[in-house]
Amino acid sequence: MTPVATALASARNDGRAALVGYLPAAYPSVDGSIAAIQAMVEGGCDAIEVGLPYSDPVMDGPTIQRAAERALAGGARTSDTLRVVEAVAATGVPVLVMTYWNPVERYGVERFAADLTAAGGAGLITPDLVPEEAGEWVAAADAHALDKVFLVAPSSTPERIASTAASCRGFVYATSVMGVTGTRDVTSTLAPELVARVRALTDLPVGVGLGVRDGQQAAEVAGFADAVIVGSAFVAQLLDAGADHAAGIEAVRTLTVDLAAGVRSAAGVRAAT
Amino acid sequence: MTTTADPVSPRIGQGSAALPDSGGHFGRFGGRFMPEALIAPLDELELAWREAMTDETFIAELDRMLRDYAGVPSLLYDAGRLSTAAGGTRMLLKREDLNHTGAHKVRNVLGQALLTKRMGKTRVIAETGAGQHGVATATACAYLDLDCVVYMGEVDIERQALNVARMRMLGARVVPVNTGSRTLKDAINEALRDWVSNVDDTHYLLGTAAGAHPFPAMVRDFTRAIGDEARAQVLDLTGRLPDAVCACVGGGSNAIGIFTAFVADADVALYGFEAGGEGVATGRHAATITGGDVGVLHGARSYLLQDADGQTVESHSISAGLDYPGVGPEHAWLAESGRATYRPVTDAEAMTAMALLCRTEGIICAIESAHAVAGALDVARELGPDATVLINLSGRGDKDMHTAAEWFDLVDASGEVTYAATAETGAPGADGGAGSTR
Repeated sequence: MTPVATALASARNDGRAALVGYLPAAYPSVDGSIAAIQAMVEGGCDAIEVGLPYSDPVMDGPTIQRAAERALAGGARTSDTLRVVEAVAATGVPVLVMTYWNPVERYGVERFAADLTAAGGAGLITPDLVPEEAGEWVAAADAHALDKVFLVAPSSTPERIASTAASCRGFVYATSVMGVTGTRDVTSTLAPELVARVRALTDLPVGVGLGVRDGQQAAEVAGFADAVIVGSAFVAQLLDAGADHAAGIEAVRTLTVDLAAGVRSAAGVRAAT
Repeated sequence: MTTTADPVSPRIGQGSAALPDSGGHFGRFGGRFMPEALIAPLDELELAWREAMTDETFIAELDRMLRDYAGVPSLLYDAGRLSTAAGGTRMLLKREDLNHTGAHKVRNVLGQALLTKRMGKTRVIAETGAGQHGVATATACAYLDLDCVVYMGEVDIERQALNVARMRMLGARVVPVNTGSRTLKDAINEALRDWVSNVDDTHYLLGTAAGAHPFPAMVRDFTRAIGDEARAQVLDLTGRLPDAVCACVGGGSNAIGIFTAFVADADVALYGFEAGGEGVATGRHAATITGGDVGVLHGARSYLLQDADGQTVESHSISAGLDYPGVGPEHAWLAESGRATYRPVTDAEAMTAMALLCRTEGIICAIESAHAVAGALDVARELGPDATVLINLSGRGDKDMHTAAEWFDLVDASGEVTYAATAETGAPGADGGAGSTR
C-alpha cells in the first residue's frame, strides 16, 4: 500500500474517516506555507495536499484563486512547491501535490515524478487531467510508485466512474458538487449518492472534497466518505489573517482541531454502515 | 468587380475532415484537459452537434438564418487597386466584414445558439476580449430568445466601453472578471467556472476554434462555409484555385474557416498571420505558434505563451481580437505538419496595411483582418504578379476607429480630423510607419 492508502486504512481501522487538508504552496511565502501546513499536521490532518499555484485555475473558486495569484505574484516557482512537499513530508504525514496539468508537463512529467519522489511526495491529484490524456503521467507514476488521484463528479457516467477508478491509486477523489472549490453553507446532497456509486464500482477509498468548512460539515461527510478533504476553508483562514500570519496559522490549527473532531464524531455513523 | 455567390450553397456541415480523432486530437494536439465534471457535458455537446449536422431540419434552419439574417454567403471581391499596390498580384477579398455584426463570428454564434435551443438549454454564457464575440453572442441570444451572460476582463471593459454598451443594449448581462490578468484568458476561466456550476441549463458558447473537444472541430464546422463559399467563388471568377489563402490567427476560427476547404488542395498555400505585437523578439506579442511552446491551456494541448514553469504569459497586440496567449489545436497541427505556414505581423505592419486598404479600396477592415492583409502583401511579393491570393477579410473596422485614430493621430486636440500621411506605396511594412509612429 502507498503511504496515502495506509493513512486512510489506519483511519478506517479507527472507525473513522480521514482528514485531508489542502493549502497552496508559497502563500503567503514558502516558509509561511510550510508553517501553516505543519499546523494542519499537528492539528490532526491524516494527509496533506499541497497546491501548486497556477495562473489559470479553472476548478477553483475565488478563495484559492486569490491565494494562488498572490503566491505567483510573490514569485512562486514549481521548485518551491517541491520544497514545501519535502518539508511537510519530513513530518511523516503523506503529502500529495494538487496541480493543474500544464506546470507538470512543462517541468517534464518524468522529471517531476522523480523530483517529487525525491522530495518524499506521495503522488498527484490532477483536477484537469482525465485518465484518457494521462498516459505519460500514469507511466511515470507507476515507475515511481506514486499515487494517481483522478476526480469523479456527480455528472460522471457509471462507465467513466469505473474506468477512472481503475486508473486511480491511493484513493478516488469525489467532487461533491457541480461547481468550483469554495465553502458552502449546506453540504451537498449529491455527494452521498456519488460516493455510493463509486463504492459500487471500486474497492479504493473515496475522498470527498468541495465545500466543507467546519467540524459539523466534516462529521456529515465523514458519515459516508473515507476521507474528508478541506481546502478553501483553510485558505480563507490565511487570507483573513492578512499580514498577521501567526494569527492565520493559529486559525488554521484551530480549524484543523475542529475538523479532526468532526471526522471522529461521525464514527458511530460509520460503524453503523 | 464583385461576384455574388450564386450558385454557391451556403450549406453548413458539408464534407468531413479526417481529424480530429475520436478523442479530439489533431496529431499530438487538442484533446480534453478538463475537470471531470465537464466531460459529460462535453460528451452531450458532441453528440448534439453530430446529430444536428445530419439533421436536414437543423441544417435548413441554420442556412436560412445565415442567409436571411446574417447576410451569408459573403461576397468575394476582386480588389483591383489593392492588386496594383501589391505589384500586380491578384488580391481577392472574402468579405466577411459585411456580415451582420461585422465579422465571420456570426456564423459560429448562430450555429451554437441554434444548437443550444436544440439541446433544450435556455441560458448561454460566453467570454469576450474586445467584445466582438460578446456582441455577436448577445445578438444571437436576442434573436433566438436566450438568456445571455458575457464574461469580460475588467481591463477589457475599460478598453472597450462601447462594446459593453452594445452587449447591454442587446439584453446581455456583462460580468466583470477581476482575477488573474483581468483579460480574455481570465474571462474564459470564469466562463468555465460558471459552466461547471450551471451546466444543466447552460451552454458555453466558446468564441473560437480552441478549447476542449468538441469545440475546435465544432467551431470549424460552423465556420468552414467561409472557405467552401470562397473556393467556389474563386473558381467561378478566375477559373482556377488561388495560389495562396491568407487569414489572421488569434484563436483561429476565421483562419480554420477559410483554410478547411483548401486543405486537400495541395497546390494552394495556406498562410496564418499571428499578432507579432511590438515584435516577437520583444516578448510583447501574441504570436503563439511563432513565439510560443507546446503546452496545455483551456482544455487542449496546443502552442501557448508560457514561462519556464508553465504559467501562462500575457499576450500583447494592438488587435484585441488576436490578443490571446493560446491558439486552436488544429492550427498547431497544420503548422507542425507543414500544411500551413504561420508568420507574425507586427502592430505597425498591420496598421500600415489597414491604411493601405482604406486608401486603395475604401474598405476599413478590422485590425485583426489587417494582419492578414499585411501578410498577404508579403506573400504577393514572393509569388509575383501572376499569382492569385485570397484573403479572409474577417471583420470590419468600425470598432477599431478609436485605436486607429490614436495610431495615426487623426484627431487633434481641437477635435479636427487631420490627415496624417498614410502609406503611399504598395510596400506596407517597409518602414512600419504610416502616419505617426507610436
